[in-house]
Amino acid sequence: MISDISIGQYYTGNSFLHKMDARMKFVLIFALLVFVFLCKSFFSLALMAAFTVFAVLISRIPLKMILKSIKPLVIIILFTALLNIFYTTGGRTYFEWHSIKLTEKGVNTAIFMAVRILVLVVISSLLTYTTTPTMLTDAIERLLSPLSVFHIKVHTLAMMMTLALRFIPTLIEETQRIMNAQKARGAELETGGLIARSKALVPVFVPLMVSSFRRAYELAFAMTCRCYTGGEGRTRMKQMKLKPRDYTAAAFAAALLAGVLVLNHFFKAVI
Amino acid sequence: MSEKLIEFKNVTYSYEDGESGSQLPPALNNINLAVYSGEFVAVLGHNGSGKSTLAKMCNAILYPTHGEVTVEGMNTSDEEKGDLIRRKVGMVFQNPDNQIVATIVEDDVAFGPENLGVEPSEIRRRVDESLKAVNMYDFRLKQPHNLSGGQKQRVAIAGVLAMRTDVIVLDEPTAMLDPVGRADVLSTVRKLNREYGITVIMVTHFMDEAVKADRVVVMNKGSIALDGTPREVFSNTAAVKSCGLDVPQSTEFCSRLGIKKTVLTAEEAVDEIINTYGDAAR
Repeated sequence: MISDISIGQYYTGNSFLHKMDARMKFVLIFALLVFVFLCKSFFSLALMAAFTVFAVLISRIPLKMILKSIKPLVIIILFTALLNIFYTTGGRTYFEWHSIKLTEKGVNTAIFMAVRILVLVVISSLLTYTTTPTMLTDAIERLLSPLSVFHIKVHTLAMMMTLALRFIPTLIEETQRIMNAQKARGAELETGGLIARSKALVPVFVPLMVSSFRRAYELAFAMTCRCYTGGEGRTRMKQMKLKPRDYTAAAFAAALLAGVLVLNHFFKAVI
Repeated sequence: MSEKLIEFKNVTYSYEDGESGSQLPPALNNINLAVYSGEFVAVLGHNGSGKSTLAKMCNAILYPTHGEVTVEGMNTSDEEKGDLIRRKVGMVFQNPDNQIVATIVEDDVAFGPENLGVEPSEIRRRVDESLKAVNMYDFRLKQPHNLSGGQKQRVAIAGVLAMRTDVIVLDEPTAMLDPVGRADVLSTVRKLNREYGITVIMVTHFMDEAVKADRVVVMNKGSIALDGTPREVFSNTAAVKSCGLDVPQSTEFCSRLGIKKTVLTAEEAVDEIINTYGDAAR
């Protein structure tokens, strides 16, 4: 069971999105999120939504996976919609009861907000679905590398992220082992109330912490032995190179921005 | 024989007591040892005999309290030389989990050469070659936590191999492995020594592994008790046992049968038993 753990939510595939340079993907997805916020009318938002559907289709990620990423946010989306319905007023009034008023503008804003959040969530989940955590860390390191001018140790941060990712499965395995060992000695980890249970976890976390420190110490030794001295003078085996498909994607994003601005200009703004 | 690669001269080492700061009794006591280019040396010893300390001195992770260790003429106590020495002497540790850095096998093997600043295309070549040498090429895109212990350990060896070090020091590389993993790692190490001419220093407490080496060094209470070919060392059963170790099972078996010749492996034992008792049995 433990060997099945996959870190992050990467979905193995070979689509256009999977093959894109992680740096370009990161930048473009960030840009798309900004575009969504630029949308003022239903038409421009519809364009973004249509594009999102298109992107999901070419990524060949099953609909089930996409729904899974939306699920935890359903309550937030409903809550925002509800707030907007009653707090924004204007236009025709559909319904009125004491101080509660349902107006045209309120309904429009609620729908607009809900769709906007949905589009934002799906677009950003596409990044993590089509990029492995390692590729993502790499991309972030390279994108932020200009910051080293300001003495920010970008490489060190990226290395910490890589090591954290590397040790997640190892530590999960270790936790399981310690829990079993404590259970074998009569620890009751799965019964009792909240307080009793959290107390029972102390004998699990103390050995886990101790062994993590030992691991860190040994790892530092091993890294020293392999001549690791930080980011300076290091080369990388895998070079990142922008390919025609990355420029195509960038052009597509630019066209999308133009579309959003034009539609904003010609149609009535909702917000 | 060929040139001296690593030399210990009157080396003494004491760990410090973590609480009081006072020095504990020496882990190594006046060691003199030379390792020559191309050798396969097995270092044997029971727990606390100082064998791991000895290994860690070979690439400037630890340096002597008294005396000196030199690697190709460079003194390990010279801090500026630390990095140069570690380019010559690679190290593989006991726990495979705590020495793998990357989340993908090939990225981990590339870690060493990347640190050395090797050209990307050259790193690629070395990574592929090293993974093929340890028979792990088909696993290059796998995640380390999905591999068995023996496979992880072979990835760690490939990581050292890709750095093109002259010496590889292995500190009980098979202690946490199952028998299949042990056999795989051992045959890989032997191959590196025989085919690639890499000098190997392997710390172990398995007698049947030591038998495969050119030279066996037995440590006891921080000193070198015995030093010689496996046959020389294991023929002296009494001395080996006085160090708290056993001779290989086949050796023990044949000596109890009254066979005079020192036998090291099961195959040799079969031959000797047939030679000695074959006629009687017939």
